[in-house]
Amino acid sequence: MNNWLAVPIVLPILAAGVLLVARDRAFQRTISMVVLGVNLAVAVVAMVHVARSDSIEVTAMGGWRSSIAITLVADRLSVMMLVIASAVLLMVLVFAIGQGASDERSPLYLPAYLVLVAGIAQAFLAGDLFNLFVAFELLLMSSYVLLTLEGINAQIRSGTTYVVLNVVESSILLVGIGLIFAATGTVNMAVLSQRLAELPDSVALGLNLLLLVAFGIKAAVFPLFFWLPDSYPTAPSSVTAVFAGLLTKVGVYAIIRTETLLFPGGQEQLLLVIGGATMLIGVLGAMSHTQMKRILSFHIISQIGYMIMGIGFGTVAGLAAAVFYLLHHIPVKTALFLVEGIIEKEAGSSSFDRMSGLIHRSGPLAVLFLIPALSLAGLPPFSGFLAKFALVREGFDEARYGVVIVAIVVSLFTLVSMTKIWTGLFWGDVDPKPAAGRVGILRHHRLMSMSTVLLVAVTLLIAALAGPLFDYCEAAARQLTEPARYVRAVIGP
Amino acid sequence: MSLAYALLIGVLFATGSFLLMNRSLTRIILGVAMIGNGINVLIVTVSSRPGGAPIVGETDTTDSVPQALVLTAIVIGFALIAFMLALAWRNWTIDGNDIVEDDVEDRRVARRKDES
Repeated sequence: MNNWLAVPIVLPILAAGVLLVARDRAFQRTISMVVLGVNLAVAVVAMVHVARSDSIEVTAMGGWRSSIAITLVADRLSVMMLVIASAVLLMVLVFAIGQGASDERSPLYLPAYLVLVAGIAQAFLAGDLFNLFVAFELLLMSSYVLLTLEGINAQIRSGTTYVVLNVVESSILLVGIGLIFAATGTVNMAVLSQRLAELPDSVALGLNLLLLVAFGIKAAVFPLFFWLPDSYPTAPSSVTAVFAGLLTKVGVYAIIRTETLLFPGGQEQLLLVIGGATMLIGVLGAMSHTQMKRILSFHIISQIGYMIMGIGFGTVAGLAAAVFYLLHHIPVKTALFLVEGIIEKEAGSSSFDRMSGLIHRSGPLAVLFLIPALSLAGLPPFSGFLAKFALVREGFDEARYGVVIVAIVVSLFTLVSMTKIWTGLFWGDVDPKPAAGRVGILRHHRLMSMSTVLLVAVTLLIAALAGPLFDYCEAAARQLTEPARYVRAVIGP
Repeated sequence: MSLAYALLIGVLFATGSFLLMNRSLTRIILGVAMIGNGINVLIVTVSSRPGGAPIVGETDTTDSVPQALVLTAIVIGFALIAFMLALAWRNWTIDGNDIVEDDVEDRRVARRKDES
C-alpha cells in the first residue's frame, strides 16, 4: 500500500478543519507552515522515488480493486507538478504572512488557503475523472472565498463574473463526465483509456470536445479566457500570485491528461491553432494596459498558449517541452506577481501613473523583477529561453512553421511589454517621494522579500539544472505517450 | 431512457441557459440550480436503468456509481448556490441591486480607442 500518496490531500483538509475552530493567528500560521512543509517533503520524496524506480505509484482508497476504487496515481508528471506546486504554495504563504494584508488577518484566510492546497494536490494525483471534478470544485470553492474575502465592491463585482463562469465550466465538465460514464460505464482514467478507444469516432470526438471546452475555460485559452484578466487583478497580490501560478496550470495539466491518456492524438491541429491564437491575443491584451497586475494577468493567457502548442505537437519532444514549460512558468509567473505585491505594498498601487523611479529607491527590487521578466520573455540564459527553445526546435522538426513564427513574434511582444513595465515603474523621477531617511524597499518588508528572493532563486536553479530537469521531463513525456504503462500500473496486466 | 426524461433534461437545460444569460444575479442562481438538476437527471437516466435500488439481491438492481456521483454533485451544487446567494446579498448591500456589471478597466481601455 502506498497510503502516503493521500497525505498531500488529507493533511491540509484536516488542518483546515482544525483552523476553522482554532482562530488564534500565531497558531494558524504555525500549523499552515508545518502542513505545507510536510506536503513539500512528501512531494519531494515521491518525486525521488518515482524517478529512481521509474514506476507509476498507485493507491486504491479503502482497499477496493483499483478499477472501481477511488485511485490516486503518481507518475512522473504528477509528482513533478506536486513538488513545484508545494514549493510555490509554501513561499506564497510566507509572503502573505509578511504582507499582512487585510484579508490575511481574517481567520478564514488560512483555512481557505489550505483547502486550495488540498484541491491542487488532488487534481494532480486524481486517477479518475470524477475525482478530478471534485478536486476542481475544492480548489474553485476556496478560490471563490479567497477572491472575495475582503468583500469590497471591486472584488464582489469581478468575483461574481468569476464564480458564474466557473460554475458554467463545472457544469460542462460534469455533463462530459456523465456522458463518458454513459458511454463506457466507468470514470477510472486507466479503464477509460482502453474503453474510449473502442467507441465510434464521432462519439469520442464529442466527449473529447466537451472535456476540452471545460478544461479550456479553466486554463484560460482562446476564446475562453475573458474572465481571467477581469477577476485576477482585484484580489490581493498573494492570492493573485497563487491563482496565476497554479490554477490555470491545473487546467493545462488536465488537458495534457485528456489528450495523452483518454483521447491520444485526437485534436493536434485544433490545439495548435488554439495555442497560437491564445499566445497572440494574450500578448496584445497585455500591451494595451497600463497597470502591472493587469499586464501580468494578460501574460498568463499568452504563456498558456505556448504549453498548448507543445501539447499540440503530440510528439515526445513536444510534450517534454510543454512539461518543462509548465515547470519553468509556475515559479516565474508567481515571482512576478510577488514583486508586484511588494511594489503595491510600498506605493499602494502598481499603476504607471501613480508610481515611477523605483530603481533609484531599490536596485535589488529591480533585479528581482528583471530576472523573471526576462525569463518570461525568453531571453538567454534564463529558464524561459530554454523552454521556448525546446518548443521552437520541435516546431521546426515537425515543420509546423506557422505556429513557430507566431511563438517567436509573441515572445518579442512579451519583451516589449516587460520593457513597458520597466520604463513605467522603474525608470523616471522618483514618485511618490519616500519618507525622509527611508532607504531601500526590500529591507522594510523582510518576509515578503525573502520569499520572493527564494522563488527567483528557484527559477535560476531551473535554468542552471536545465539538463537533468529536461531529461526528467522527457522521461515524463515518454510515460505520457505510452498510456499502456499507466493502464498496466493501475489495473494490472 | 424514456422520452419523458429526455424532454425533462432538455427543458431544464434550456430554461437554465436562458436564466444564465440574465444580468440579475438572482436569476443566474436560479439558472445554475436548473442546470444542476438537469445534469443530475441526465447522469441518473443515461448511465443505468433509473428507478431500481443499488442493492445486490434485489431483482431490479441498478449501478450504484452514478447515484454516488449525483449525490456528490448535489452536495457541491448546494454549497455553490449558498455561496452565490451570499455574493448576491453582499452585492445588494453595496449597490442596492444584484446586477452583474462589466469589467471597468476593460471598458476604460476600449473607450481610449474611441478617443484617440
